[in-house]
Amino acid sequence: MSVVAEKTPQAPPAPLAREQSPWRRFAAEFAESRLALFGLAMLVVIVAIAVLAPWISPQNPYDLAQLDVMDSKLPPGEHSATTGKPYWLGTDDQGRDMLSGIFYGLRISLVVGVTSTVIALAIGLALGLAAAYFGGRVDAIIMRIADIQLSFPAILIALVLLAVLGQGVDKIIVSLVTVQWAYYARTVRSAALVERQKEYIEAARVLALSRPRIVLRHLLPNCLPPLIVVATVQVAHAIQLEAALSFLGLGLPITEPSIGLLISNGFQYLLSGKYWISFYPGVALLLTIVAINLVADQLRDVLNPRLKK
Amino acid sequence: MLAFAIRRLGQSLFVLVVMSFLVFLGVYAIGNPIELLVNPQADAVERARATAALGLDRPMLEQYGVFLSKAAHGDLGRSFVFNVPAIQLILQKLPATLELAFAAMVIAIAIGIPLGLAAGLRPNSYIGRTIMAGSILGFSLPSFWVGLVLIMVFSVQLGWLPPNGRGETVLLLGVPVSFLTWDGLRHLAMPALNLALFKLSLLVRLTRASTREAVLQDYVKFARAKGLSPRRVIGVHVLKNIMIPIVTVIGLELGSVIAFAIITESIFAWPGSGKLLIDSINQLDRPVIVAYLLVIVTIFIAINFVVDVLYSVLDPRVRLGAAAAH
Repeated sequence: MSVVAEKTPQAPPAPLAREQSPWRRFAAEFAESRLALFGLAMLVVIVAIAVLAPWISPQNPYDLAQLDVMDSKLPPGEHSATTGKPYWLGTDDQGRDMLSGIFYGLRISLVVGVTSTVIALAIGLALGLAAAYFGGRVDAIIMRIADIQLSFPAILIALVLLAVLGQGVDKIIVSLVTVQWAYYARTVRSAALVERQKEYIEAARVLALSRPRIVLRHLLPNCLPPLIVVATVQVAHAIQLEAALSFLGLGLPITEPSIGLLISNGFQYLLSGKYWISFYPGVALLLTIVAINLVADQLRDVLNPRLKK
Repeated sequence: MLAFAIRRLGQSLFVLVVMSFLVFLGVYAIGNPIELLVNPQADAVERARATAALGLDRPMLEQYGVFLSKAAHGDLGRSFVFNVPAIQLILQKLPATLELAFAAMVIAIAIGIPLGLAAGLRPNSYIGRTIMAGSILGFSLPSFWVGLVLIMVFSVQLGWLPPNGRGETVLLLGVPVSFLTWDGLRHLAMPALNLALFKLSLLVRLTRASTREAVLQDYVKFARAKGLSPRRVIGVHVLKNIMIPIVTVIGLELGSVIAFAIITESIFAWPGSGKLLIDSINQLDRPVIVAYLLVIVTIFIAINFVVDVLYSVLDPRVRLGAAAAH
């Protein structure tokens, strides 16, 4: 969630110089698209729901004491047989409130998606910068591995890893990181190769600054814009991939149901017409991904120097 | 040209050997399949006998060596669960997967390219924007959930299409196929559409972007200036030139469609190799997992190889670039 928080520059920390602050200019350009603002608003609501799930859910869906088998598979809007409380989105086979299940599921899906993206970003950034800065053999080895990996679809690699590692939050994060790092490495490398030729790097060299200082303080910040765009898109991909893997029964264990697992759980009741158990978690997943993609599309336009007016 | 093809082939074989080792090493680490295979009441002697019979008691490297030499002869081990050669199991299921993948590709091409062309020729029109918005939705929709919604609407609510299975098949050149019977087509429709959705969105975007670039080129202006009909300008001059990137992407995406079929097959209980893989992972049927992955990796490497070589035939700049890089 930290990534999302960083990308909501609606309130710049200290707008000292009017119109000059890059944050303010960035926010103004971002706000030019109403659709993107809508996506951002949606994302803020979704993240808030995920963070606040334990306090805003009607029930704790994993506290067995709160579940009532009498209420199992109730359609949306039906009231509990014992407490009389309404189930807005119905209940699943164990009498669990779907709305609460979705709130908690979003929490797990977002944590898995964002954590794996941040770790993959860090690894890809380090390897991509190393490849660009050292060049030669280091570059060839890192980029060849990335190329081979990217020639196989992410889902296949993630499936194999999960088949080997088994289930669990840590394992799914490991496989999502493995799948994603190469995208960042490629992006950083190509950005760094362009930036390296520019005059400010030459100026830094002339000033005899140390290598780590040039890489970290001069090269790195200028490689970030394309990386931010890729990272935003990749969070959506990671969430989608995790959901698909959990749907196949290879992702998260049943004790930590993400959105994908909720959908999978409802699948067996679909043919008997009890659609709500998988339908509504799917809607939540779809809204999350659309929101992220809308924000990512606008970020791409704002951060792309070729489209600058 | 020949040197390029040979060097590229060498690379492909190297990747294949590395992948086979990684796959074998990885799959070796999954729990002990003996637990599943012998009767839970079996005593230690019985278990040891079964372990030895399957060759699971030997060192891992030796198992890999045996595996490699057998693999070179087309023997990828016997399925622990079905007790038939794993490769035979995969090859039996592969035609269903390939049929599904090709059907999905055909749908994606038949709908995606015309829509992309329309959006690319009039990017700012109402239609163009609607098509683009639709393609964003197509990217965002989780494909397995779309599958569920399709079943919900067309099987449960409307009762038009069957929710699972392959339906009636007929033999075409000795291979059972569904698309030649009415019943088979009805079974094929939903899974193929489901699998096609993502590629369709991709093709719309790609065709649109290529078209927008192509219509600004001099040869298109010249063709228009010659007084050719718009139909001929678009059908011959634009289409021909945007086809190179599109054909390449279609070729490369074919492999990924086969991989994504794993999900679609699980939803629609389509009896293909992807469903077999998921079942085998759940049953720890190690030889089948290894055999599936090797077959898939081989298909991938073959597709990449063919696309690379074809591309260098179509576009000499690629070949020269590759030569200069070495």
